Amino acid sequence: MNRRIAIALLTAASLSLPAAAIAAGKYDDGASDTEIKIGNTNPYSGPASAYGQIGKTIAAYFNKVNEEGGINGRKINFVSLDDGYSPPKTKEQFRKLVESEKVLAIFQSLGTPTNSAVHAYMNREKVPQLFVATGATKWGDPKKYPWTMGWQPNYQAEGRIYAKYIKQNLPNAKIAILYQNDDYGKDYVQGMKDGLGDMASKMIVAEESYETTEPTIDSQIIKLKASGADVFFNVTTPKFAAQAIRKIAELGWKPTHFLNNVSNSVGSVMNPAGPENGVGIISTFYTKDPTDPQWKDDAAYKAWSAFMDKYYPDGDKKSSFTVYGYSVAQTMVKVLEQCGDDLTRANVMKQAASLKGLELGMLLPGIKVTTGPNDFFPIEQMQLAKFNGKSWELFGEIISGEAGS
Amino acid sequence: MTADTEVTGRAMDRERRIAGLTADGWRKAVMALILAAAVALPFGLGSFQTFQVTLVLIYAIAILGLNILTGFNGQFSLGHSAFFAIGAYTSAILMDRYEMTSYLTIPIAGGFGFVAGFLFGFPALRLSGLYLALATFALSVATPQLLKYNHFEEFTGGVQGINLLKDSAPFDLPFSVDQWWYFVTLAIALLCFWMARNLVHSRTGRAIMAIRDNPIAAATMGVNTALYKTLTFGVSAFLTAVAGALSAIVVEYVAPDSFTFLLSVYFLIGLVVGGVGWIPGAVIGGAFVLYVPNLAEGISTGLAGVLFGVIILLVIYLMPSGASGLVRLAVTRLQRGFDQDNNKA
Amino acid sequence: MELFLNQVFSGLATGSIYAAVALAVVMIFLAIDHFNFAQGEMAMFSTFVCWALLDAGTPYWLAFILTIAFAFAFGVVIERVLFRPLHSAPVLSHIIAFLGLFFILNNGAGWIWDFTIKPMPSPFPEGSISGLISYHQIGMIGVVLVMLALLFVFFRFTSVGLAMRAAAQNPESARLCGISVGWMIALGWGMASAIGAVGGMLIAPVVFLEPNMMLGILLYGFAAAIVGGITNPAGAVAGGFMVGVLENLVGTYIPFVGSELKLTVALVLIVAVLMVKPSGLFGRTTVTRV
Repeated sequence: MNRRIAIALLTAASLSLPAAAIAAGKYDDGASDTEIKIGNTNPYSGPASAYGQIGKTIAAYFNKVNEEGGINGRKINFVSLDDGYSPPKTKEQFRKLVESEKVLAIFQSLGTPTNSAVHAYMNREKVPQLFVATGATKWGDPKKYPWTMGWQPNYQAEGRIYAKYIKQNLPNAKIAILYQNDDYGKDYVQGMKDGLGDMASKMIVAEESYETTEPTIDSQIIKLKASGADVFFNVTTPKFAAQAIRKIAELGWKPTHFLNNVSNSVGSVMNPAGPENGVGIISTFYTKDPTDPQWKDDAAYKAWSAFMDKYYPDGDKKSSFTVYGYSVAQTMVKVLEQCGDDLTRANVMKQAASLKGLELGMLLPGIKVTTGPNDFFPIEQMQLAKFNGKSWELFGEIISGEAGS
Repeated sequence: MTADTEVTGRAMDRERRIAGLTADGWRKAVMALILAAAVALPFGLGSFQTFQVTLVLIYAIAILGLNILTGFNGQFSLGHSAFFAIGAYTSAILMDRYEMTSYLTIPIAGGFGFVAGFLFGFPALRLSGLYLALATFALSVATPQLLKYNHFEEFTGGVQGINLLKDSAPFDLPFSVDQWWYFVTLAIALLCFWMARNLVHSRTGRAIMAIRDNPIAAATMGVNTALYKTLTFGVSAFLTAVAGALSAIVVEYVAPDSFTFLLSVYFLIGLVVGGVGWIPGAVIGGAFVLYVPNLAEGISTGLAGVLFGVIILLVIYLMPSGASGLVRLAVTRLQRGFDQDNNKA
Repeated sequence: MELFLNQVFSGLATGSIYAAVALAVVMIFLAIDHFNFAQGEMAMFSTFVCWALLDAGTPYWLAFILTIAFAFAFGVVIERVLFRPLHSAPVLSHIIAFLGLFFILNNGAGWIWDFTIKPMPSPFPEGSISGLISYHQIGMIGVVLVMLALLFVFFRFTSVGLAMRAAAQNPESARLCGISVGWMIALGWGMASAIGAVGGMLIAPVVFLEPNMMLGILLYGFAAAIVGGITNPAGAVAGGFMVGVLENLVGTYIPFVGSELKLTVALVLIVAVLMVKPSGLFGRTTVTRV
């Protein structure tokens, strides 16, 4: 007991913090006067490894925070494990993080099937499962799952934004949809159908799915073209999105093309697909596209760029993943700062649910992170953009896609 | 190849006593020791480690199933993730949709596995070696897609999978949930290994191995090759499906992404590392596929795959016939050591 | 009708991908008598080497030739260093070693070059013939056929080719004739690796280059090789085109299958073919000696 007080005093002295604040420190597993332990799982191996960049960016950002003195004098200890995108492995790694590593919270674990495997477990153990890296709607259900929260705009809401645009601007559209055959793809399709309402069955003339193991999706595109559709809704991950954009150009098909946010990175989709093939494609954004020249002199962009150069020099500065990781890590840091010296799991959730109009440098101007006890959808705003052959041009208002419901 | 030497070896062993015990006695003593350790284990471990060891046992049962087929019958399979998935989904659907008690779902899952394996055994009769490898490879690649298939979604939960909750220990037994399911898994594993051992040493077992060693000779001797091959496929799939059912209950979640062909690859690695055609090897194989990737990750996250691959290659170089070779070597060495001591005395 | 034509041509184009891989599969089978599960990863790795050379400013055809040379050496070295010591180990140990190699190359490539997709330039002009098939894909079919012809000449008319066939079919007798069986195997590895690299460099412009590029393709390559007859290069190429077209037509015209199950159905059909003709459509039946 004496030793602990001594250490506390020592820390207090060295950080010249008011001793009273330290004495009032309340901690759960994973937090102490000197450290905050945060867990994470990411697919660093297997077919989904491209996403591993997000985990690496977050780790780099926490290094930066630690080098600059940490959060309220405490260093972040970020334990990021590989789950290979396999649900049973995720369960094992989560239990390791919670029971063996004794982390305060798990943050930004990636993937819908993987997070589904631990959804019930985390809520039973009452450990925060914060800002999961997936856009499924089920992460924003504070009544049933008060310990789980998403971060990015959810897929269904984005689908509804496109539906709204189509209803207003292309009322006679015949829509063809290509989607990845998993929860992510189906959520987008659901959002589109909900948004179209009664018109859905009339307007959607063709739907095709693909598996991630397929070498190409040419066959699906040909079928969709043959349906006579004049609107194409592209719900695919980067590799297949690039293939689809190129194949459509090759076929000489000229639909109004809506591309999901997941794959609108200029560096990893539009350029590989051939930028001239992408002219006129419409997508939505909530973060700044790092390849967009309009942000060249933006202070926040410069800060991000400097961070990448210093802390993650191997990282891809053309990829939206690094922007994503950077922004979500900032959100987490904000939550921990708000926690002050009350680093209990309950308080982490409470603070995560009381973000009021938080602005992050790399989010589009006007888009804010807002949560509340009944609002577990931190980002709900997006803006439409059209590709001009070089970069995305934002247009229209900032749209709020209402959550779930 | 191993069975004959084992049998004759044992006959010789019977007469020789080492440190006052016959070879059989030694075998029993070692078994008893391992069993005692296995029972004591969860009391010395945290709940997470207990959960991990439970997973090791589950993998061991699945690998045992593969071993029966590949090690003893010479049929090659890269498709055992499919049978594992059948077991897991049978259990999950029965528990979730029909509110059946979890214990009862395990034998039913095994039954479904047996039927599936038996049926798959028929086309497998016409295919051998590479062709069977391709057919089973195709089976495991197709499994996640079938599980996602729209028209089955009502039962399988589609891409969302099924969430489950495992029962805690009954009758107010003083075990935590993890401990309880460790013991359930241990009991089932022991039963499976005992069954497998008896099968291999039975008349049927000899027929199964005769087919592996020389199918044409076996057929001329009057062994019904087709029947035994399909039956072996069934038994093998039964064991793997039981493991799948246990995994669904213990992990408390099933989804199509849990049963990719990589799982089959892991079973195969576990089989070879443990020792093809050696029953206890399955446990070593199970431990290998669970712990070694974690070990590799502990050394370097970015290079975990490279390290895992290197470790696999090293294991193959050092023990070309898996752990079974190593254990046999150790036993022979020990015996020789004792013999020399005895001679000196 | 337009849909049908489109699907057939797209199937042929995709089929040329499978055919290229199937050729490499047949090549390694002729040398070592079974599959190499790391074959796809070796091709992927070589393609990355080509990409890195191009990235450093090497002209395309020079990079192409350098990559083939690299791939050949890579194959020979892997055989000599990794598999030579295992030559007396059981087949299953070989398969595990292939899987070990698979993990090493897949993760290694991701570690060196990252997992984001990379565009790979094509040596052929851009554009397509009225949207049916692109020039790149025509070029690819051409290259596959040229490789096939070269293999045919090699096995039929050169003494090394004959020696390699002898070494694979009857190692004992081959040894007695003074053929170095070990080096023939190494040569087979080198050639398979080089063929795979050519395939990889032509596939990457279509599917984009990334470490998991060959994961799905390899299965189709195996299927194509087996349907066509595993010992027959021409059969394997034909098998590749057949699988490509079949898969597209099944996905388009059998309503309850759709795109969701087209792989499954294609595989079921392949297994069915094998049950009727166990040595593939163009393979020779082998008689087992007791």
